[in-house]
Amino acid sequence: MLPTSAVWADAAQPPTAPVLVGFDKISSGDTAWMLTSTALVLLMTLPGLALFYGGMVRKKNVLATLMQSFAITCIVTILWWFIGYSWAFTPGSSPYLVGGATRFLLGGMIYQHDAMTLTASHLGVTIPETVYCMFQLTFAIITPALIAGSFADRMKFSSMLIFISIWFLIVYCPIAHWVWEPSGWLAIKGVLDFAGGTVVHINAGIAGLASCLVLGKRLGYPKESMPPHNLTLTLIGASLLWVGWFGFNAGSAVAADGRAGMAMAVTQIATAAAALSWMFAEWISKGKPSVLGIASGAVAGLVAITPASGFVGPTPAVVIGAVAGVACFLAATSLKSALGYDDSLDAFGVHCIGGIVGALLTGVFASKEISGSEGSVLTQLWGVGTTLVYGFSVSFIILKVIDMTIGLRVTEEQEREGLDISQHGERVE
Amino acid sequence: MKLITAILKPFKLDDVRAALGEVGVQGVTVTEVRGFGRQRGHTEIYRGAEYVVEFVPKTKIEIAVEDSLVDQVIEAIIKSGHTGKVGDGKIFVADLVHVVRIRTGERDASAI
Repeated sequence: MLPTSAVWADAAQPPTAPVLVGFDKISSGDTAWMLTSTALVLLMTLPGLALFYGGMVRKKNVLATLMQSFAITCIVTILWWFIGYSWAFTPGSSPYLVGGATRFLLGGMIYQHDAMTLTASHLGVTIPETVYCMFQLTFAIITPALIAGSFADRMKFSSMLIFISIWFLIVYCPIAHWVWEPSGWLAIKGVLDFAGGTVVHINAGIAGLASCLVLGKRLGYPKESMPPHNLTLTLIGASLLWVGWFGFNAGSAVAADGRAGMAMAVTQIATAAAALSWMFAEWISKGKPSVLGIASGAVAGLVAITPASGFVGPTPAVVIGAVAGVACFLAATSLKSALGYDDSLDAFGVHCIGGIVGALLTGVFASKEISGSEGSVLTQLWGVGTTLVYGFSVSFIILKVIDMTIGLRVTEEQEREGLDISQHGERVE
Repeated sequence: MKLITAILKPFKLDDVRAALGEVGVQGVTVTEVRGFGRQRGHTEIYRGAEYVVEFVPKTKIEIAVEDSLVDQVIEAIIKSGHTGKVGDGKIFVADLVHVVRIRTGERDASAI
Protein backbone atom coordinates (compact mmCIF):
# COMPACT_ATOMS: atom_id res chain seq x y z
CA MET A 1 0.00 0.00 0.00
CA LEU A 2 2.79 2.39 0.77
CA PRO A 3 4.68 3.65 -2.23
CA THR A 4 7.95 3.66 -0.37
CA SER A 5 9.79 2.34 -3.39
CA ALA A 6 8.84 5.27 -5.59
CA VAL A 7 9.33 8.89 -4.65
CA TRP A 8 6.04 10.80 -4.51
CA ALA A 9 6.16 13.84 -6.74
CA ASP A 10 2.66 14.40 -8.08
CA ALA A 11 1.19 17.45 -6.40
CA ALA A 12 -2.20 17.06 -8.10
CA GLN A 13 -2.91 13.79 -6.34
CA PRO A 14 -2.59 14.19 -2.56
CA PRO A 15 -1.25 11.04 -0.92
CA THR A 16 -3.53 8.89 1.24
CA ALA A 17 -0.74 7.15 3.10
CA PRO A 18 2.79 8.06 4.27
CA VAL A 19 5.01 8.68 1.25
CA LEU A 20 8.67 8.83 0.34
CA VAL A 21 9.65 12.35 -0.73
CA GLY A 22 12.77 14.12 -1.79
CA PHE A 23 14.54 16.52 0.59
CA ASP A 24 13.38 19.38 -1.65
CA LYS A 25 9.72 18.72 -0.72
CA ILE A 26 10.37 19.52 2.93
CA SER A 27 9.66 23.06 4.10
CA SER A 28 12.21 24.23 6.59
CA GLY A 29 9.78 26.82 7.95
CA ASP A 30 7.05 24.27 8.60
CA THR A 31 9.53 21.82 10.04
CA ALA A 32 11.03 24.40 12.39
CA TRP A 33 7.60 25.33 13.72
CA MET A 34 6.56 21.71 14.16
CA LEU A 35 9.77 20.85 16.03
CA THR A 36 8.97 23.78 18.31
CA SER A 37 5.33 22.79 18.67
CA THR A 38 6.29 19.27 19.63
CA ALA A 39 8.45 20.60 22.45
CA LEU A 40 5.66 22.96 23.54
CA VAL A 41 3.06 20.20 23.73
CA LEU A 42 5.38 17.92 25.72
CA LEU A 43 5.86 20.86 28.08
CA MET A 44 2.11 20.80 28.68
CA THR A 45 2.37 17.38 30.35
CA LEU A 46 5.87 17.69 31.83
CA PRO A 47 5.78 19.69 33.93
CA GLY A 48 2.57 21.63 33.09
CA LEU A 49 -0.17 19.13 33.83
CA ALA A 50 1.93 17.41 36.49
CA LEU A 51 2.18 20.68 38.46
CA PHE A 52 -1.41 21.70 37.74
CA TYR A 53 -2.64 18.44 39.28
CA GLY A 54 0.18 18.12 41.82
CA GLY A 55 -0.72 21.42 43.46
CA MET A 56 -4.37 20.47 43.78
CA VAL A 57 -3.94 17.25 45.75
CA ARG A 58 -3.16 16.91 49.44
CA LYS A 59 0.49 16.93 50.42
CA LYS A 60 0.59 13.19 51.05
CA ASN A 61 -0.23 12.51 47.38
CA VAL A 62 1.80 15.11 45.52
CA LEU A 63 4.68 12.87 44.40
CA ALA A 64 2.31 10.13 43.31
CA THR A 65 0.42 12.66 41.19
CA LEU A 66 3.59 14.00 39.56
CA MET A 67 4.71 10.42 39.04
CA GLN A 68 1.53 9.56 37.16
CA SER A 69 2.18 12.19 34.49
CA PHE A 70 5.84 11.22 34.23
CA ALA A 71 5.26 7.47 34.01
CA ILE A 72 2.40 7.88 31.53
CA THR A 73 4.72 9.94 29.31
CA CYS A 74 7.23 7.10 29.27
CA ILE A 75 4.83 4.23 28.77
CA VAL A 76 2.84 5.94 26.00
CA THR A 77 6.09 6.76 24.18
CA ILE A 78 7.03 3.08 24.10
CA LEU A 79 3.54 2.05 23.00
CA TRP A 80 3.60 4.74 20.30
CA TRP A 81 6.82 3.29 18.94
CA PHE A 82 5.44 -0.23 19.20
CA ILE A 83 2.13 0.13 17.31
CA GLY A 84 0.25 3.25 18.48
CA TYR A 85 1.38 5.60 15.74
CA SER A 86 0.68 3.01 13.08
CA TRP A 87 -2.81 2.29 14.39
CA ALA A 88 -3.68 5.95 14.72
CA PHE A 89 -2.16 7.56 11.65
CA THR A 90 -1.90 5.08 8.81
CA PRO A 91 -4.85 3.94 6.70
CA GLY A 92 -6.46 0.67 7.78
CA SER A 93 -8.52 -2.06 6.22
CA SER A 94 -11.84 -0.68 7.48
CA PRO A 95 -12.91 2.85 8.46
CA TYR A 96 -14.36 1.42 11.69
CA LEU A 97 -11.21 -0.28 12.96
CA VAL A 98 -7.72 1.04 13.62
CA GLY A 99 -5.06 1.88 11.05
CA GLY A 100 -2.66 -0.61 9.56
CA ALA A 101 0.57 -2.09 10.89
CA THR A 102 2.93 -0.59 8.31
CA ARG A 103 4.58 1.49 11.01
CA PHE A 104 4.95 -1.39 13.50
CA LEU A 105 8.06 -0.51 15.56
CA LEU A 106 8.09 2.63 13.42
CA GLY A 107 9.45 0.52 10.57
CA GLY A 108 9.24 2.31 7.25
CA MET A 109 9.60 5.74 8.82
CA ILE A 110 12.91 6.58 7.23
CA TYR A 111 15.49 9.23 6.49
CA GLN A 112 18.04 8.39 3.81
CA HIS A 113 21.01 10.70 3.68
CA ASP A 114 22.63 9.52 0.46
CA ALA A 115 19.43 9.04 -1.54
CA MET A 116 18.21 12.44 -0.27
CA THR A 117 14.77 11.03 0.49
CA LEU A 118 12.69 10.65 3.61
CA THR A 119 9.14 9.69 4.48
CA ALA A 120 6.41 12.25 5.13
CA SER A 121 2.99 11.60 6.61
CA HIS A 122 0.04 12.17 4.29
CA LEU A 123 -1.27 14.40 7.09
CA GLY A 124 1.72 16.71 6.83
CA VAL A 125 3.57 16.37 3.55
CA THR A 126 5.92 19.32 4.03
CA ILE A 127 7.58 18.03 7.21
CA PRO A 128 9.50 14.83 7.96
CA GLU A 129 7.35 11.94 9.16
CA THR A 130 9.57 11.73 12.24
CA VAL A 131 8.47 15.21 13.29
CA TYR A 132 4.79 14.49 12.61
CA CYS A 133 5.06 11.24 14.56
CA MET A 134 6.66 12.95 17.57
CA PHE A 135 4.21 15.85 17.41
CA GLN A 136 1.28 13.44 17.54
CA LEU A 137 3.00 11.45 20.29
CA THR A 138 2.80 14.46 22.59
CA PHE A 139 -1.00 14.50 22.12
CA ALA A 140 -1.12 10.78 22.79
CA ILE A 141 0.79 11.42 26.03
CA ILE A 142 -1.31 14.20 27.46
CA THR A 143 -4.65 12.50 26.83
CA PRO A 144 -4.23 9.59 29.27
CA ALA A 145 -2.34 11.90 31.64
CA LEU A 146 -5.45 14.08 31.85
CA ILE A 147 -7.54 11.13 33.08
CA ALA A 148 -5.43 11.08 36.24
CA GLY A 149 -7.37 14.13 37.43
CA SER A 150 -10.39 11.93 38.06
CA PHE A 151 -8.71 9.00 39.77
CA ALA A 152 -6.19 11.03 41.79
CA ASP A 153 -5.52 10.06 45.41
CA ARG A 154 -6.70 6.44 45.29
CA MET A 155 -5.62 4.29 42.32
CA LYS A 156 -2.89 1.68 42.70
CA PHE A 157 0.15 2.65 40.64
CA SER A 158 0.53 -0.82 39.11
CA SER A 159 -3.14 -0.95 38.10
CA MET A 160 -2.89 2.58 36.74
CA LEU A 161 -0.08 1.52 34.38
CA ILE A 162 -2.10 -1.41 33.11
CA PHE A 163 -5.28 0.63 32.71
CA ILE A 164 -3.50 3.41 30.84
CA SER A 165 -1.70 0.99 28.51
CA ILE A 166 -4.84 -0.89 27.53
CA TRP A 167 -6.92 2.30 27.32
CA PHE A 168 -4.34 3.92 25.13
CA LEU A 169 -4.31 1.03 22.65
CA ILE A 170 -8.02 0.28 22.41
CA VAL A 171 -9.59 3.69 23.08
CA TYR A 172 -7.17 6.46 22.16
CA CYS A 173 -5.71 4.92 18.99
CA PRO A 174 -9.07 4.02 17.40
CA ILE A 175 -10.68 7.37 18.19
CA ALA A 176 -7.67 9.33 16.94
CA HIS A 177 -7.80 7.19 13.79
CA TRP A 178 -11.54 7.64 13.25
CA VAL A 179 -11.44 11.42 13.66
CA TRP A 180 -8.07 12.45 12.27
CA GLU A 181 -6.89 9.87 9.74
CA PRO A 182 -8.74 10.67 6.49
CA SER A 183 -9.88 7.05 6.04
CA GLY A 184 -11.50 6.96 9.51
CA TRP A 185 -15.29 6.91 9.53
CA LEU A 186 -15.80 10.09 11.56
CA ALA A 187 -13.36 11.98 9.33
CA ILE A 188 -15.32 10.72 6.31
CA LYS A 189 -18.54 11.95 7.95
CA GLY A 190 -16.98 15.41 8.15
CA VAL A 191 -16.51 15.70 11.92
CA LEU A 192 -14.30 18.75 12.58
CA ASP A 193 -11.71 18.49 15.34
CA PHE A 194 -8.78 20.75 14.65
CA ALA A 195 -6.54 19.95 17.61
CA GLY A 196 -8.31 17.33 19.70
CA GLY A 197 -11.44 18.59 21.45
CA THR A 198 -12.99 15.21 20.79
CA VAL A 199 -9.98 12.92 20.53
CA VAL A 200 -8.13 14.38 23.50
CA HIS A 201 -10.51 16.19 25.83
CA ILE A 202 -13.91 14.52 25.59
CA ASN A 203 -12.07 11.23 25.39
CA ALA A 204 -9.97 11.83 28.52
CA GLY A 205 -12.85 13.43 30.41
CA ILE A 206 -15.30 10.59 29.87
CA ALA A 207 -12.66 8.00 30.76
CA GLY A 208 -12.17 10.08 33.91
CA LEU A 209 -15.86 9.83 34.76
CA ALA A 210 -15.74 6.06 34.25
CA SER A 211 -12.71 5.77 36.50
CA CYS A 212 -14.14 7.79 39.37
CA LEU A 213 -17.39 5.81 39.16
CA VAL A 214 -15.61 2.44 39.23
CA LEU A 215 -13.18 3.51 41.96
CA GLY A 216 -15.72 5.21 44.19
CA LYS A 217 -15.17 8.28 46.30
CA ARG A 218 -12.02 9.14 48.15
CA LEU A 219 -12.12 8.18 51.84
CA GLY A 220 -13.82 10.97 53.72
CA TYR A 221 -15.22 12.71 50.64
CA PRO A 222 -17.12 15.03 50.84
CA LYS A 223 -17.08 15.36 54.65
CA GLU A 224 -13.37 15.75 55.32
CA SER A 225 -11.73 18.88 54.03
CA MET A 226 -9.37 18.21 51.12
CA PRO A 227 -8.02 21.62 50.18
CA PRO A 228 -5.30 21.87 47.49
CA HIS A 229 -1.92 21.79 49.21
CA ASN A 230 -0.14 24.32 46.99
CA LEU A 231 -2.03 26.51 44.53
CA THR A 232 1.23 28.17 43.47
CA LEU A 233 2.18 24.91 41.76
CA THR A 234 -1.28 24.75 40.22
CA LEU A 235 -1.03 28.26 38.82
CA ILE A 236 2.44 27.58 37.39
CA GLY A 237 1.07 24.39 35.85
CA ALA A 238 -1.92 26.17 34.33
CA SER A 239 0.38 28.83 32.92
CA LEU A 240 2.63 26.21 31.32
CA LEU A 241 -0.45 24.55 29.87
CA TRP A 242 -1.50 27.88 28.38
CA VAL A 243 1.90 28.52 26.79
CA GLY A 244 2.25 24.94 25.58
CA TRP A 245 -1.21 25.08 24.08
CA PHE A 246 0.07 27.36 21.32
CA GLY A 247 1.97 24.31 20.10
CA PHE A 248 -1.14 22.18 20.56
CA ASN A 249 -3.50 24.39 18.54
CA ALA A 250 -1.32 26.46 16.23
CA GLY A 251 0.87 23.38 15.72
CA SER A 252 -2.17 21.44 14.55
CA ALA A 253 -2.04 23.46 11.33
CA VAL A 254 1.06 21.30 10.64
CA ALA A 255 2.48 24.35 8.90
CA ALA A 256 3.96 27.72 9.77
CA ASP A 257 1.19 29.56 7.99
CA GLY A 258 -1.77 31.90 8.32
CA ARG A 259 -4.06 29.23 9.65
CA ALA A 260 -1.60 28.56 12.46
CA GLY A 261 -1.57 32.28 13.16
CA MET A 262 -5.36 32.40 13.38
CA ALA A 263 -5.36 29.32 15.60
CA MET A 264 -2.89 31.02 17.93
CA ALA A 265 -4.95 34.22 18.08
CA VAL A 266 -8.24 32.50 18.88
CA THR A 267 -6.52 30.30 21.46
CA GLN A 268 -5.30 33.32 23.39
CA ILE A 269 -8.63 35.14 23.15
CA ALA A 270 -10.87 32.21 24.08
CA THR A 271 -8.65 31.36 27.05
CA ALA A 272 -8.83 34.87 28.44
CA ALA A 273 -12.61 34.97 27.95
CA ALA A 274 -13.09 31.64 29.74
CA ALA A 275 -10.79 32.57 32.63
CA LEU A 276 -12.79 35.75 33.16
CA SER A 277 -16.18 34.08 32.81
CA TRP A 278 -15.28 31.40 35.40
CA MET A 279 -13.87 34.09 37.67
CA PHE A 280 -16.99 36.26 37.48
CA ALA A 281 -19.36 33.29 37.76
CA GLU A 282 -17.56 32.27 40.95
CA TRP A 283 -17.34 35.82 42.26
CA ILE A 284 -21.09 36.30 41.82
CA SER A 285 -22.21 32.94 43.17
CA LYS A 286 -19.60 32.20 45.86
CA GLY A 287 -18.48 35.67 46.86
CA LYS A 288 -14.78 35.64 45.93
CA PRO A 289 -12.76 35.46 42.69
CA SER A 290 -10.32 32.62 43.40
CA VAL A 291 -6.91 31.77 41.98
CA LEU A 292 -7.97 28.18 41.44
CA GLY A 293 -11.06 29.50 39.68
CA ILE A 294 -9.32 31.74 37.17
CA ALA A 295 -6.72 29.05 36.44
CA SER A 296 -9.43 26.42 35.96
CA GLY A 297 -11.33 28.79 33.70
CA ALA A 298 -8.26 29.30 31.54
CA VAL A 299 -7.89 25.54 31.12
CA ALA A 300 -11.61 25.25 30.28
CA GLY A 301 -11.16 27.88 27.57
CA LEU A 302 -8.09 26.16 26.15
CA VAL A 303 -10.04 22.91 26.01
CA ALA A 304 -13.08 24.46 24.32
CA ILE A 305 -11.15 26.36 21.65
CA THR A 306 -9.09 23.26 20.79
CA PRO A 307 -11.50 21.70 18.25
CA ALA A 308 -12.46 25.14 16.90
CA SER A 309 -9.05 26.73 16.67
CA GLY A 310 -8.38 26.21 12.95
CA PHE A 311 -11.96 26.91 11.95
CA VAL A 312 -13.15 30.08 13.70
CA GLY A 313 -12.29 33.76 13.94
CA PRO A 314 -11.66 35.95 16.99
CA THR A 315 -15.23 36.94 17.89
CA PRO A 316 -16.60 33.39 17.95
CA ALA A 317 -13.55 32.60 20.11
CA VAL A 318 -14.81 35.03 22.76
CA VAL A 319 -18.22 33.33 22.74
CA ILE A 320 -16.73 29.84 22.89
CA GLY A 321 -14.49 30.84 25.79
CA ALA A 322 -17.18 32.65 27.74
CA VAL A 323 -19.65 29.76 27.42
CA ALA A 324 -17.02 27.18 28.32
CA GLY A 325 -15.94 29.09 31.45
CA VAL A 326 -19.44 29.13 32.88
CA ALA A 327 -20.37 25.62 31.72
CA CYS A 328 -17.25 24.05 33.25
CA PHE A 329 -17.69 26.08 36.44
CA LEU A 330 -21.20 24.71 36.81
CA ALA A 331 -20.02 21.17 35.99
CA ALA A 332 -17.18 21.25 38.52
CA THR A 333 -19.34 22.76 41.26
CA SER A 334 -23.09 22.16 40.96
CA LEU A 335 -23.24 19.12 38.66
CA LYS A 336 -20.61 17.22 40.61
CA SER A 337 -22.22 17.78 43.98
CA ALA A 338 -25.72 17.11 42.59
CA LEU A 339 -24.74 13.75 41.10
CA GLY A 340 -22.38 12.79 43.92
CA TYR A 341 -19.42 11.32 41.98
CA ASP A 342 -15.92 12.19 43.18
CA ASP A 343 -14.09 13.57 40.15
CA SER A 344 -11.14 14.59 42.36
CA LEU A 345 -9.56 17.26 40.15
CA ASP A 346 -12.45 17.68 37.68
CA ALA A 347 -11.00 16.00 34.60
CA PHE A 348 -14.58 15.24 33.55
CA GLY A 349 -16.00 18.60 34.56
CA VAL A 350 -13.38 20.63 32.74
CA HIS A 351 -12.16 18.44 29.86
CA CYS A 352 -15.28 16.50 28.88
CA ILE A 353 -17.73 19.37 29.36
CA GLY A 354 -15.33 21.94 27.85
CA GLY A 355 -14.63 19.56 24.96
CA ILE A 356 -18.33 19.12 24.24
CA VAL A 357 -18.96 22.87 24.35
CA GLY A 358 -16.06 23.41 21.94
CA ALA A 359 -16.97 20.57 19.58
CA LEU A 360 -20.59 21.69 19.23
CA LEU A 361 -19.77 25.38 18.91
CA THR A 362 -17.23 24.48 16.22
CA GLY A 363 -20.23 23.26 14.25
CA VAL A 364 -21.93 26.61 14.81
CA PHE A 365 -19.03 28.93 14.10
CA ALA A 366 -16.76 27.13 11.59
CA SER A 367 -15.89 29.62 8.87
CA LYS A 368 -15.49 28.49 5.29
CA GLU A 369 -13.27 31.47 4.70
CA ILE A 370 -10.72 30.36 7.28
CA SER A 371 -10.82 26.59 6.87
CA GLY A 372 -12.58 25.73 3.63
CA SER A 373 -14.93 23.59 5.75
CA GLU A 374 -18.59 24.14 6.51
CA GLY A 375 -19.53 23.26 10.10
CA SER A 376 -22.61 21.34 11.16
CA VAL A 377 -23.73 20.79 14.73
CA LEU A 378 -25.40 17.54 13.70
CA THR A 379 -22.16 16.19 12.24
CA GLN A 380 -20.28 17.32 15.33
CA LEU A 381 -22.76 15.37 17.46
CA TRP A 382 -21.57 12.20 15.75
CA GLY A 383 -18.05 12.85 16.97
CA VAL A 384 -19.17 13.81 20.47
CA GLY A 385 -21.67 10.95 20.81
CA THR A 386 -19.32 8.28 19.50
CA THR A 387 -16.53 9.33 21.83
CA LEU A 388 -18.85 9.50 24.83
CA VAL A 389 -20.45 6.11 24.23
CA TYR A 390 -17.38 4.21 23.02
CA GLY A 391 -15.00 5.91 25.45
CA PHE A 392 -17.22 5.45 28.49
CA SER A 393 -18.19 1.85 27.88
CA VAL A 394 -14.76 0.54 26.94
CA SER A 395 -13.06 2.46 29.78
CA PHE A 396 -15.66 1.13 32.22
CA ILE A 397 -15.08 -2.46 31.11
CA ILE A 398 -11.26 -2.21 31.30
CA LEU A 399 -11.48 -0.70 34.78
CA LYS A 400 -13.99 -3.30 36.02
CA VAL A 401 -11.85 -6.17 34.76
CA ILE A 402 -8.74 -4.76 36.46
CA ASP A 403 -10.74 -4.17 39.62
CA MET A 404 -11.99 -7.77 39.68
CA THR A 405 -8.57 -9.28 38.98
CA ILE A 406 -5.66 -7.42 40.54
CA GLY A 407 -7.68 -4.64 42.21
CA LEU A 408 -7.84 -1.02 41.19
CA ARG A 409 -7.73 0.81 44.46
CA VAL A 410 -5.20 1.03 47.24
CA THR A 411 -6.18 -0.30 50.67
CA GLU A 412 -7.91 1.99 53.13
CA GLU A 413 -4.77 2.14 55.23
CA GLN A 414 -2.60 3.07 52.24
CA GLU A 415 -5.06 5.74 51.17
CA ARG A 416 -5.03 7.29 54.64
CA GLU A 417 -1.25 7.19 54.75
CA GLY A 418 -1.04 8.74 51.29
CA LEU A 419 0.11 7.38 47.95
CA ASP A 420 3.57 8.95 48.20
CA ILE A 421 4.59 6.65 51.02
CA SER A 422 2.41 3.64 50.21
CA GLN A 423 3.09 3.48 46.45
CA HIS A 424 6.51 5.05 46.07
CA GLY A 425 8.19 4.99 49.49
CA GLU A 426 8.97 8.69 49.35
CA ARG A 427 7.55 11.95 50.62
CA VAL A 428 8.05 15.68 50.24
CA GLU A 429 9.85 17.62 53.02
CA MET B 1 8.40 31.80 90.25
CA LYS B 2 5.70 31.80 87.63
CA LEU B 3 5.37 30.48 84.09
CA ILE B 4 3.57 33.04 81.97
CA THR B 5 2.03 31.69 78.79
CA ALA B 6 0.54 34.14 76.33
CA ILE B 7 -1.39 33.51 73.11
CA LEU B 8 -0.87 36.38 70.68
CA LYS B 9 -1.78 37.59 67.25
CA PRO B 10 1.23 36.45 65.19
CA PHE B 11 2.01 39.91 63.80
CA LYS B 12 2.27 41.30 67.35
CA LEU B 13 5.20 39.06 68.28
CA ASP B 14 7.97 41.56 67.54
CA ASP B 15 6.26 44.33 69.52
CA VAL B 16 5.78 42.00 72.48
CA ARG B 17 9.40 40.84 72.28
CA ALA B 18 10.60 44.46 72.43
CA ALA B 19 8.33 45.31 75.37
CA LEU B 20 9.51 42.25 77.31
CA GLY B 21 13.12 43.24 76.73
CA GLU B 22 12.41 46.62 78.25
CA VAL B 23 11.09 45.15 81.52
CA GLY B 24 14.13 42.88 81.80
CA VAL B 25 12.89 39.49 80.62
CA GLN B 26 15.92 37.28 79.82
CA GLY B 27 14.39 34.66 77.57
CA VAL B 28 11.21 33.64 75.77
CA THR B 29 10.12 30.46 74.00
CA VAL B 30 7.93 30.97 70.90
CA THR B 31 5.67 28.40 69.25
CA GLU B 32 3.35 28.69 66.26
CA VAL B 33 -0.01 27.27 67.31
CA ARG B 34 -3.61 27.04 66.15
CA GLY B 35 -6.74 27.27 68.21
CA PHE B 36 -10.16 28.72 68.62
CA GLY B 37 -11.62 31.32 70.94
CA ARG B 38 -14.18 34.01 70.39
CA GLN B 39 -12.57 34.99 67.09
CA ARG B 40 -14.34 32.98 64.39
CA GLY B 41 -12.43 31.00 61.76
CA HIS B 42 -12.93 31.51 58.05
CA THR B 43 -14.34 29.70 55.04
CA GLU B 44 -12.25 28.51 52.10
CA ILE B 45 -13.86 27.61 48.78
CA TYR B 46 -12.12 25.44 46.17
CA ARG B 47 -14.19 24.86 43.01
CA GLY B 48 -17.36 25.15 45.02
CA ALA B 49 -16.26 22.87 47.89
CA GLU B 50 -16.54 24.90 51.09
CA TYR B 51 -14.25 24.15 53.98
CA VAL B 52 -14.73 25.93 57.29
CA VAL B 53 -11.38 26.50 58.92
CA GLU B 54 -12.20 26.50 62.64
CA PHE B 55 -8.71 26.99 63.99
CA VAL B 56 -6.96 30.31 63.71
CA PRO B 57 -3.16 30.59 63.58
CA LYS B 58 -1.71 32.15 66.75
CA THR B 59 1.67 32.58 68.36
CA LYS B 60 2.30 31.21 71.84
CA ILE B 61 5.08 32.57 74.05
CA GLU B 62 6.26 31.11 77.34
CA ILE B 63 8.22 33.11 79.90
CA ALA B 64 9.61 31.96 83.23
CA VAL B 65 9.85 34.91 85.68
CA GLU B 66 10.44 35.64 89.31
CA ASP B 67 7.34 36.59 91.30
CA SER B 68 8.46 40.21 91.53
CA LEU B 69 8.40 40.62 87.76
CA VAL B 70 5.01 39.02 87.04
CA ASP B 71 2.84 42.13 87.08
CA GLN B 72 5.27 44.12 84.93
CA VAL B 73 5.46 41.33 82.36
CA ILE B 74 1.69 41.01 82.19
CA GLU B 75 1.35 44.76 81.80
CA ALA B 76 3.98 44.79 79.02
CA ILE B 77 2.23 42.02 77.10
CA ILE B 78 -1.16 43.70 77.42
CA LYS B 79 0.21 47.01 76.19
CA SER B 80 2.23 45.68 73.28
CA GLY B 81 -0.11 42.89 72.16
CA HIS B 82 -3.31 44.88 72.25
CA THR B 83 -5.32 45.81 69.15
CA GLY B 84 -8.77 46.03 70.71
CA LYS B 85 -10.27 43.56 68.21
CA VAL B 86 -11.55 40.08 69.03
CA GLY B 87 -8.67 37.59 68.85
CA ASP B 88 -5.98 39.52 70.74
CA GLY B 89 -5.34 36.41 72.81
CA LYS B 90 -4.93 35.43 76.46
CA ILE B 91 -2.35 35.33 79.20
CA PHE B 92 -2.12 32.36 81.54
CA VAL B 93 -0.06 32.46 84.74
CA ALA B 94 0.92 29.25 86.54
CA ASP B 95 3.15 28.40 89.46
CA LEU B 96 6.55 27.17 88.49
CA VAL B 97 8.11 24.53 90.72
CA HIS B 98 11.70 24.37 89.45
CA VAL B 99 13.96 25.87 86.84
CA VAL B 100 17.32 24.30 85.94
CA ARG B 101 19.97 25.70 83.59
CA ILE B 102 21.26 22.70 81.69
CA ARG B 103 24.74 24.11 81.01
CA THR B 104 25.69 24.82 84.64
CA GLY B 105 23.17 22.93 86.72
CA GLU B 106 22.13 26.21 88.44
CA ARG B 107 18.65 26.10 89.95
CA ASP B 108 15.58 28.29 90.32
CA ALA B 109 16.08 32.06 90.58
CA SER B 110 19.67 31.97 89.34
CA ALA B 111 18.66 29.76 86.41
CA ILE B 112 16.11 32.28 85.10
